[in-house]
Amino acid sequence: MNSLAKSISRKKFPTHLLVFLGPAFIIYTLFMVIPLVDSLRLSLYAPAEIRGGAEQFVGLANYQRLLTDPNLSPRLFGAIGNNFLFFSIHMFVQNPIALLLATLLVTVAKRASSVYRTLLFTPTVLSFVLVGFIWQIILNPLWGIADDVLGIFGIQSQPWLGLPGTALPVLSLISVWQFVGIPMMLFLVALLGIPEELLEAARVDGASAWRVFWGIKFPLILPTVGIVSILTFVGNFNAFDLVYTVQGSLAGPNFATDLLGTFFYRTFFGFQLQPGNPTMGAAVAGVMFLIILLGVVLYLAVWQRRITQYEL
Amino acid sequence: MNRAKFVGVAAAAGLMALTLAPAAMTAAQMEPLVIESWRNDDLTIWEDVIIPAFNASYPDIPVVFSPSAPAEYNAALNARLEAGTAGDLITCRPFDLSLDLFNQGHLASLNDLEGMANFGDVAKSAWVTDDGSDVFCVPMASVIHGFFYNQDIFTELGLEEPTTEAEFYAVLDAIQADGDYAPLVMGTLDQWEAATMGFQNIGPNYWHGEEGRLGLIDGTAKYNEGGFLEAFEALSRWQPYLINGYQGIGYPDAQSAFTLGLGAVYPTGSWEISGFEAVAEFPIGAFMPPLPEGSDQCYISDHTDIAMGMNGHIADEARREAATTFLNWMTTPEFASLYSNALPGFFSLSNEPVALDNPLAQEMVSWRDECESTIRSSYQILSRGEPNNETDLWVNSALLLNGEVTAQEAADTVQAGLEAWYEPQQSGS
Repeated sequence: MNSLAKSISRKKFPTHLLVFLGPAFIIYTLFMVIPLVDSLRLSLYAPAEIRGGAEQFVGLANYQRLLTDPNLSPRLFGAIGNNFLFFSIHMFVQNPIALLLATLLVTVAKRASSVYRTLLFTPTVLSFVLVGFIWQIILNPLWGIADDVLGIFGIQSQPWLGLPGTALPVLSLISVWQFVGIPMMLFLVALLGIPEELLEAARVDGASAWRVFWGIKFPLILPTVGIVSILTFVGNFNAFDLVYTVQGSLAGPNFATDLLGTFFYRTFFGFQLQPGNPTMGAAVAGVMFLIILLGVVLYLAVWQRRITQYEL
Repeated sequence: MNRAKFVGVAAAAGLMALTLAPAAMTAAQMEPLVIESWRNDDLTIWEDVIIPAFNASYPDIPVVFSPSAPAEYNAALNARLEAGTAGDLITCRPFDLSLDLFNQGHLASLNDLEGMANFGDVAKSAWVTDDGSDVFCVPMASVIHGFFYNQDIFTELGLEEPTTEAEFYAVLDAIQADGDYAPLVMGTLDQWEAATMGFQNIGPNYWHGEEGRLGLIDGTAKYNEGGFLEAFEALSRWQPYLINGYQGIGYPDAQSAFTLGLGAVYPTGSWEISGFEAVAEFPIGAFMPPLPEGSDQCYISDHTDIAMGMNGHIADEARREAATTFLNWMTTPEFASLYSNALPGFFSLSNEPVALDNPLAQEMVSWRDECESTIRSSYQILSRGEPNNETDLWVNSALLLNGEVTAQEAADTVQAGLEAWYEPQQSGS
């Protein structure tokens, strides 16, 4: 035991590790960690009264106001609620569709597979502004084609983006349309990684495709399901762009599409006649950070520990 | 011989001067003054008309117009001012946004600007400190609310400009009955139109202009009673006449729908004149907000909307002087006439009367003679707290038109928001 410890301490420190880790560590610290910590620090202050004046340290007062103020707290909880809806639509619509598409892509011929793969991935590389604009036109009650298309299926025409009940689900589905390519690719890679022998063996034993999927493929790609879920979670709770481009930062109608991101933007930068409040904005960002942190910690502590990783 | 020599020398000197001049000029020439603005629609007018006119008098002060997108302007400008990268001349939003900039030292005081004498107190009201001791922006223009109508449709259906509320709804009913056109073209998706083109457009007739607006400020009037409640009720009557799918229609869609001739009446602000006349293929008429039953005095929203101030952080003396020269030029009748005619619908606030060429602009500005002017109710003082009164009006006017709340509920919400922080409104209740 003693000699083992000695041999470890005598071992030369692997300096090449520093060289490899250094650049990433420096860049990440400089552009991510320091701003993040500084933003959290800012959320503990009240704004300066005059230009150049010092911001006053107020402890957790901003958070307290955010949670209890009758003007702020409905917006905060409204935004959190909307964010959860936004997330669940992604989780339960986008990811199953992505899994379905990936499963289908594995089964079709290779050339067709790559064509479809490219097509399905295309919206992901488009800009938010473009996607928002295209869908705004498609759904426009005056000159959009949505009503004609939906009319074929007998669905009543609606100003989809203007009604509080439909605006957020429709926006979420636009986002699903845009980003379904990413989880699809991740699932596809995971599915392609499953050794053919396992599937062959199952087929020889007479298992149906359905049984093969749930009995072999799905358990083997569970780690990817976890990664996709956590990426969706982090991405959705940071979401801002699509709502901002389609509905503006007031996130109408009546805040029905307000996400934490748009709430943060309005608070931090101000809105029309309302001046911005950077420190309260930082507090909203702090809440976003806490929610995301909590989600990631749960994922790491619960999901990743319990999941069985198969060596293939 | 002598004379020929002289000519030769003069020519040589001239040639030398010519070749040297550009070098000398670039040495002496300053970096152009930069104008910050949210009016990106006006870029060509500034570049082709206004700045050349200024340079005709002051050739050695170069100026560039550098606008941001309207929705981003406030945030972007603030960020640039904080960072010290903002332009020299700053287009001022009315009231508190500019007042805040002044209080933070971002805008310079313009008390010593000679040309300020060309503006009356009402014109300056949006850009002075509460105690009136400092003025910090040169008033440029106000905008007037009213209604545009498609003259072809009115002729086709045999309709006339309504003047009273009863006539207004009779006109809308007639268009509705005909069925070919939307009676009222406005969307609520962007929310602000409901408040600005709706509530603040027709409202002054109900709350009697300045009387009601100042009543809100000193606490004697309330949003949920009297004229303000009536204005919400009047607005709620628009709902059946609005264009199909209006809940999903934004501002640019509504603009296009009207100029394409899909609808007959468009609640508007005068700033639309030049944009609409450029694209509409029918003559546009304008009528003022209809008078409610039993009143004979009309009130219009003649909103002080835009002004120009000077960055308070210009370190270089010569540069500050150049900016002051520009601002002083903006107070002259020459600028007033150039601006008002280049941008019909932005009406000069100068004491000097300005002759307008555009008939539609003439029509709208003539309302000033008949009616009492007021500004939007939420702009002075009332949007200082949280919840923001202006934002409350946007959201609740849109909800009202969407049929989600009644006029009373909308009015109560807006009033409660104001009472939450504004002391003069708290003591009364």
